Amino acid sequence: MIKKLASSVGEYKKPSILAALFVALEVAMEVAIPYLMSVIVDKGIRTGDRGTVVLYGCVMVALAAASLVAGVLSARYAAVASAGFAKNLRARVFGKVQDFSFYNVDKFSTGSLITRLTTDINFVQMAFMLIIRVAVRAPMMFFVAVVMAFILNSTLALVFVGIIPVLVVALVILIRFGFPLFDKMFKMFDAMNNKVQENLTAIRVVKSFVRESHETEAFRKASEAVQKAQKRAEKLLVFGMPAFLFCMYGCMLCVLWFGGHFVINGKMSDGELSSFVVYVMQILMSLLMTAMILVNLVISKASAKRITEVLEESPDIADDDADPSLIVKEGSVRFSGVSFSYSKGDNYVLEDIDFSIAPGETVGIIGGTGSAKTSLVQLIPRLYDVQKGEVQVGGIPVKKYTLKNLRDSVAMVLQKNVLFSGSIRENLKWGKEDATEEELRAAAKTAQADDFIMSFPDGYDTELGQGGVNVSGGQKQRLCIARALLKHPKIMILDDSTSAVDTATEQKLREGLRRELSDTTVIIIAQRISSVMGADKIIVLDKGRINAIGTHAELLAGNEIYREVYESQRKGVN
Amino acid sequence: MAFKKTDAKNSGVMQKFEQPGQDKHKVQNPVRTILRILSYLKKFKFSAIFSLVGLFLVIAANVGGTYSIKVMMEITLNIRAGLASYTDLANAAGMLIGIYLVGISASFMQQRLLINLSSGIMREVRDAMFEKMERLPIRYFSERTHGEIMSCFTNDTDALRELISQALPNVISSFVSVIAMFSMMLVLSWQLALFVVVILSAMVVTVFRLGKRSGKYFMLQQASLSKVNGYIEEYIEGQKVTKVFCHEQKVKDGFTGLNDELCRNATTAASYANAVMPIMGNLSYLLYALIAIVGAYFVIGGRLGTYAAGVATLISFLQYSRQLAQPIGQAAQQINSVLVALAGAERIFALLDTPAETDQGYVTLVNAYISEDGTITESDKPTGHWAWKHPHNDGTLTYKELKGDIQFENVTFAYEENKTVLHNISLYAKPGQKIALVGSTGAGKTTITNLLTRFYDVPEGKIRYDGININKIRKDDLRRSLAMVLQDTHLFTDTVRENIRYGRLDATDEEVYAAAKLAGADFFISHLPEGYDTVLTADGKNLSQGQRQLISIARVAIADPPVLILDEATSSIDTRTERQIEQGMDSLMLGRTVFVIAHRLSTVRNADAILVIEDGKIIERGNHDALLQQKGKYYQLYMGMAELH
Repeated sequence: MIKKLASSVGEYKKPSILAALFVALEVAMEVAIPYLMSVIVDKGIRTGDRGTVVLYGCVMVALAAASLVAGVLSARYAAVASAGFAKNLRARVFGKVQDFSFYNVDKFSTGSLITRLTTDINFVQMAFMLIIRVAVRAPMMFFVAVVMAFILNSTLALVFVGIIPVLVVALVILIRFGFPLFDKMFKMFDAMNNKVQENLTAIRVVKSFVRESHETEAFRKASEAVQKAQKRAEKLLVFGMPAFLFCMYGCMLCVLWFGGHFVINGKMSDGELSSFVVYVMQILMSLLMTAMILVNLVISKASAKRITEVLEESPDIADDDADPSLIVKEGSVRFSGVSFSYSKGDNYVLEDIDFSIAPGETVGIIGGTGSAKTSLVQLIPRLYDVQKGEVQVGGIPVKKYTLKNLRDSVAMVLQKNVLFSGSIRENLKWGKEDATEEELRAAAKTAQADDFIMSFPDGYDTELGQGGVNVSGGQKQRLCIARALLKHPKIMILDDSTSAVDTATEQKLREGLRRELSDTTVIIIAQRISSVMGADKIIVLDKGRINAIGTHAELLAGNEIYREVYESQRKGVN
Repeated sequence: MAFKKTDAKNSGVMQKFEQPGQDKHKVQNPVRTILRILSYLKKFKFSAIFSLVGLFLVIAANVGGTYSIKVMMEITLNIRAGLASYTDLANAAGMLIGIYLVGISASFMQQRLLINLSSGIMREVRDAMFEKMERLPIRYFSERTHGEIMSCFTNDTDALRELISQALPNVISSFVSVIAMFSMMLVLSWQLALFVVVILSAMVVTVFRLGKRSGKYFMLQQASLSKVNGYIEEYIEGQKVTKVFCHEQKVKDGFTGLNDELCRNATTAASYANAVMPIMGNLSYLLYALIAIVGAYFVIGGRLGTYAAGVATLISFLQYSRQLAQPIGQAAQQINSVLVALAGAERIFALLDTPAETDQGYVTLVNAYISEDGTITESDKPTGHWAWKHPHNDGTLTYKELKGDIQFENVTFAYEENKTVLHNISLYAKPGQKIALVGSTGAGKTTITNLLTRFYDVPEGKIRYDGININKIRKDDLRRSLAMVLQDTHLFTDTVRENIRYGRLDATDEEVYAAAKLAGADFFISHLPEGYDTVLTADGKNLSQGQRQLISIARVAIADPPVLILDEATSSIDTRTERQIEQGMDSLMLGRTVFVIAHRLSTVRNADAILVIEDGKIIERGNHDALLQQKGKYYQLYMGMAELH
């Protein structure tokens, strides 16, 4: 895990190392200063030698100044390194997600991917900064100061041997028992936030059922649970500080008591004792720092794990068997014995699908909610891979094309479609980057979008908010169709893409498509019979299997499901 | 309470809404905000006072402890010189142990109480926020994104908690420590202390300058961080579209630009922030070295008393000078998080200060007996009948049976000034009638239902319910008499059973099943892995949109209201399923006044009256046949000759 993340340091290896190096220098000087003080006391003050005082004093000042420079430099390099590391990591994870197939995205869910890319990366960045600054500093300070203490007086230094294990044990206990408690607390927080989120989206429901008090009561319970969990977790941590103080004060007392005796007996000089006192502080402070990093690292461990999961996920669909020279020559589609499940297990949503579509044909797909219409068409541009059987486009299995070549020829307008923030023009150009003004308008006209676009004051330069919030549902669908048209695909798939468009406009749109896409294979998924009745053939899907294939007239005569749907939409017209 | 200047707060909120992200990290009025945070301490007086006492004791023990070091050193050196005895040393050690024990226990007490305090305050704040949120008018929610409000509940409360449990105690402790240590230094040697003041003030100036700089870059960094996160959110959500268009490389390129900018700003911000500690730390070593030289001269010159006293004083002085730098550096480092927390607290308070939905209604809904001759008497038990209880100015009470008679009289309405959505709408629905509203998105159909439920109040014109102006009816009672099925189903994380019961909390299980059967949901529910006890997740992964809609219809069925609003209720159900639940819907609608908003004209055909609405005006009204004969807009729509957006 760490190795995986660490590789994102990349070109920032140099500043990372420099940051650690300067920290080490800083520490060395910080430890040297108290030692010089002992010399001043013993050789200067005790003998009244002002020259020694000034000499060693100046060395101390010089060391402090050098330490200052080292400290500032290490701060700077650490900033460069950690911001750079975060940049690399973010770009890597984002790039990775861009390579994900639908299956990979479904597996993580969009919400969780977003958290991983935002919050989790922030945590890891902070942890990284801690590591290169404090994780070098604290242990090094500890080590050097302990060595100095032993050099000054090895007998007195044994005090640390007695007290440090106590502190370590206390720390281990705290982390060991504290972590599960914090974990529980975070779960409570999640449940509480979920309640808030739910109430935000469902505020109209809450208000119309007059359930404000009911919801508030439920929230209070969740909030109380959070408080309890929080208290339990933090009350354990509270033992940390007193335990630390106990050890520090204990050390100090021992040093003053035993050290005092040594001084009286002449086994230790006055200056040595005074610098020993400073080392006590330095050693214990560095231990405290280490503890703090450990806690921080434990917290960010979960984040690191979640990021690594994304990095380790291999895109489930790749160009492995592809021949880059193959391009889609014509728009025929063939399914032979296809079975498909989202979970890759045996929970098939599609089973034994066999059919073929000739180039240039228009095919309608009809079926109830959950009959796997969308799943079926998603197999054509290889958004998912089949488990059994084979899908062919242009007479060649889809796996043989590179994804780019395949998807450039197969345009699909998704059911849940998205426009991005930016102008209408920029959005349309997704279909064809170098599209001319004429091409844009021609596609928009075919999609019956030109009229309403031109009715906006800014026309094609109208800015769309995130998700295309400032156009109506029907307008959004038509923009999405125009965007797909610009690809000039061999196969065009419309997945319930005109549900919000009225029948009259839809009629015009279909005529436009027929005119413009006479050579293109068109596959239409629809709820409305009127949307597909003019198709060359219609596939009726029921519970993941093909129930019937035929023309409108054939199905009306011979297929019960189709007739039922038809009747349900026709009722009362006569 | 003294800080409740609602008007000023509100205008602040509006500004923020108009310029999202602009002033997001700015603190408007720090003093007032801090005072208001402190006002929460009132309820936790005990914890607050003793935690503060504990804090002082910890500081006292720390400062006193360092002083005792001086005493012990001095005694040690005096013993060697034959001027003191071991008993003196033991006494001093005893005193030191006492001081340390006080420090340890005070630290424990202080932290323990602080947990009570901070978790208690946070719970109070959260509960108040949620309660307020539930009482806010719908307008509040339509003017903000969910993310904005959500971030108030998560990020802002988190920052506030950190302020209360860490930053605030730290600032207090730093302030008191500096004063205490400085006093001790004055006592030890006023000359050396004055020397320290000069250097120290230089240190403080440097650090606070640095802090200010760092604050500026920190804001820049936050701004580009939100840009990057916004991009991530948008493109991860639209990732499937990116795939379909093979646009991965373009999207990555767009990301690189923003990511680089963030990296630059983050580097600068962190360079300043990181530098504070080393600068403080090393300046204190510089101070240490300077004091050592000057102090040594003082000792040699005998200005600090005997040799023993002098060395001991110098040593403790050096300790103090090291310790003094720490709180100052800490305070400087915490400035950013304090600012973030205060900005968050202001957003929390802005939410708390937003006026709740007001309600001057006084007509209430009561259970009632209705006798043969039509006289109504109130009952405190369910009777199956409801009546409006209408108190009058002269102190009399009248009762009117709840029937579901709705009348709009010349209603004109605008969400924003000068953007009239409804023009002079009049409509009439007799009890049991089905009224269909047909028109484009934005024509004003949903607005009509928003007014009927009093999600928004009517400034012009009147709406009467059973002849009573709905402004006189208490909102809760009004809404209890209406039920809505919306296009977007909203179910809660709970079992199917409880989700249906949401319509009427005291419904029995049998009633739940009956309602599900009525809605045509019973069949699929019993085929769920755990039937009615299947837990629904908020994002509804385990149910199809149509199934969720059926549950929400069952939820309304159990509420059994006299008036029903179906706002595109069946638009996400395929027509075949719709036909299957038609019977259920018909029986649900039977005997109720129903407003149907629909896209599919097939669902409005059998309405008693169809109102075609365009640009906030009713342009046609009549039943299906009459409208077809009229050969107007409805005819065109029905024949597919005109377009609905």
